[in-house]
Amino acid sequence: MKQTYQKPVINKHRSGLMNKFGWSPVYARKIRTEIDGVPIDRLVEQFGSPLFVYSERAARRKYRRMFNAFSTRYPNVVFGWSYKTNYLQAICALMHQEGALAEVVSAMEYDKARALGVPGERIIFNGPHKSLPVLERAVAEGATVNIDHLDEIVDLELVARKLGRPVTVGLRLNLDAGIYPQWSRFGFNLESGQALAAVKRLAFGKLLRLNGLHCHLGTFILDPQAYARQVQKMVAFGYEVEQAFGFAIEQLDVGGGLPSQIRLKGTYLPPDVAVPEVDEYAEAIAQALSHALRPGDHPRLIIESGRGIIDEAGWLISTIIGAKRLADGTRAYVADAGINLLFTSFWYKFNVELDRQVGGIDETSVIYGPLCMNIDVTDEGIPLPPLKRGHRLIFSPVGAYNNTQWLQFIEYRPNVVLVTETGEVELIREAEDLSDILRRERLPRRLALKPAGATPGEGS
Amino acid sequence: MSDQLSRLALSDEGFVFNPQTGDSFQVSETGIVVIRLLKEGRSDEEIAARLTDLYEVSLEEAQHDCADFRARLKQFELA
Ligand SMILES: Cc1ncc(COP(=O)(O)O)c(C=O)c1O
Repeated sequence: MKQTYQKPVINKHRSGLMNKFGWSPVYARKIRTEIDGVPIDRLVEQFGSPLFVYSERAARRKYRRMFNAFSTRYPNVVFGWSYKTNYLQAICALMHQEGALAEVVSAMEYDKARALGVPGERIIFNGPHKSLPVLERAVAEGATVNIDHLDEIVDLELVARKLGRPVTVGLRLNLDAGIYPQWSRFGFNLESGQALAAVKRLAFGKLLRLNGLHCHLGTFILDPQAYARQVQKMVAFGYEVEQAFGFAIEQLDVGGGLPSQIRLKGTYLPPDVAVPEVDEYAEAIAQALSHALRPGDHPRLIIESGRGIIDEAGWLISTIIGAKRLADGTRAYVADAGINLLFTSFWYKFNVELDRQVGGIDETSVIYGPLCMNIDVTDEGIPLPPLKRGHRLIFSPVGAYNNTQWLQFIEYRPNVVLVTETGEVELIREAEDLSDILRRERLPRRLALKPAGATPGEGS
Repeated sequence: MSDQLSRLALSDEGFVFNPQTGDSFQVSETGIVVIRLLKEGRSDEEIAARLTDLYEVSLEEAQHDCADFRARLKQFELA
């Protein structure tokens, strides 16, 4: 009987590197045959490849785990779902079912939340660009508007005048919490006195009433104590404002930024070592609040975690479409999904799993996407056994920022499915076709090509 | 067959040693088969055919893999 075939592979031993790169046949080989009990094969058979797959169970579990971490430590907490992280309707709806407000940063996101049925009072409107019409609508509908810059104060006063009533607003701060780079381009700087000047300006106009402070330090914050420093400064500023202008701060929005379990490029430790647990963040924030707040004062704490909740609930299944050997000898694979779908590949070192056991010796390989673009690389230096067309690679975590920042570029965007808690698979975003690409285009009549069958030499 | 190849020391466990340069290599089972056949002076066609006799693999895939493996050997200056 013939033996099972494994492709011929030769790797040069490099002293000292062998263990670190795991060139053994089994070490570091990661297999995933199903997602929440649904076989990868079945998913692809039914919905094609590439395919985004979300786990409802994982998403809800993650949300509850994080919410419990905060709500067991502080009595007045609410989450705001960061739309930009993932604004697929099904994902947002799931978060709203869990109790989250909508955190939006543009007219488009605001419209999306309203279209989904989120009432204005349950929307937090952040971001540097809020055009006057949407600002007017948001204020009229009772949304929490966090002011980003001075011109917005003027806009809001205009809205207040138009509505004939004072408007309650929040103020976005940026501050030094020991995080580099400091996101100083959003909101008003605390330490320089800019924020206090903004409140003074706001009080002077008499049309706006400040009741909330907002601050988002950045994303993938690996130091829980940064939040403690942030909260301490926000509370102190709130009391200062109350003292000076009589505005009582009823909401403290500390933004998002909690990491997911993933290795960032350039970091060496595995994520379970490098990434602190959510409890450490909750503890740091709750401790800081209890130290800084007056006894009995419990302003509403808002958490806008995006990545930390949804990232690990998403996978991308892709299929190898070709294998090649580069001129320098490197093994390379072309997959049907690349940076067009995986925007986070610029800073994530994804967890890449195979859909089956593949025998043979691992080779350090590079994974390319389908784009005819040099930058379309989703992994470099990954040990993989010899793969061939049809083998599947499963990338994770991909739930955060990819389904919002994916590109309609060169390729169609694929199906997105949700595996329900009972194991059914629901299509939550249909794959695009040419009609999606052409729908908004207008071809001037004078540029129309001659109909097919025109005499040779005319048209193309 | 190249001089380099004839001097290579092979073990069944997939350890290949080049005494001239001191380099050592890890080679898969089928890789060892291919190197042995190359040492015997077999052509690519013969090697691919031999692989299909021994293993569950199509001639097309075996030919493709042989060419790829040869390129690798060249890269390591073994062929
Ligand atoms: C204002 C605001 N809130 C929340 C988030 C969500 O951040 P993350 O996904 O890092 O939790 C962002 C992301 O940029 C943001 O700008």
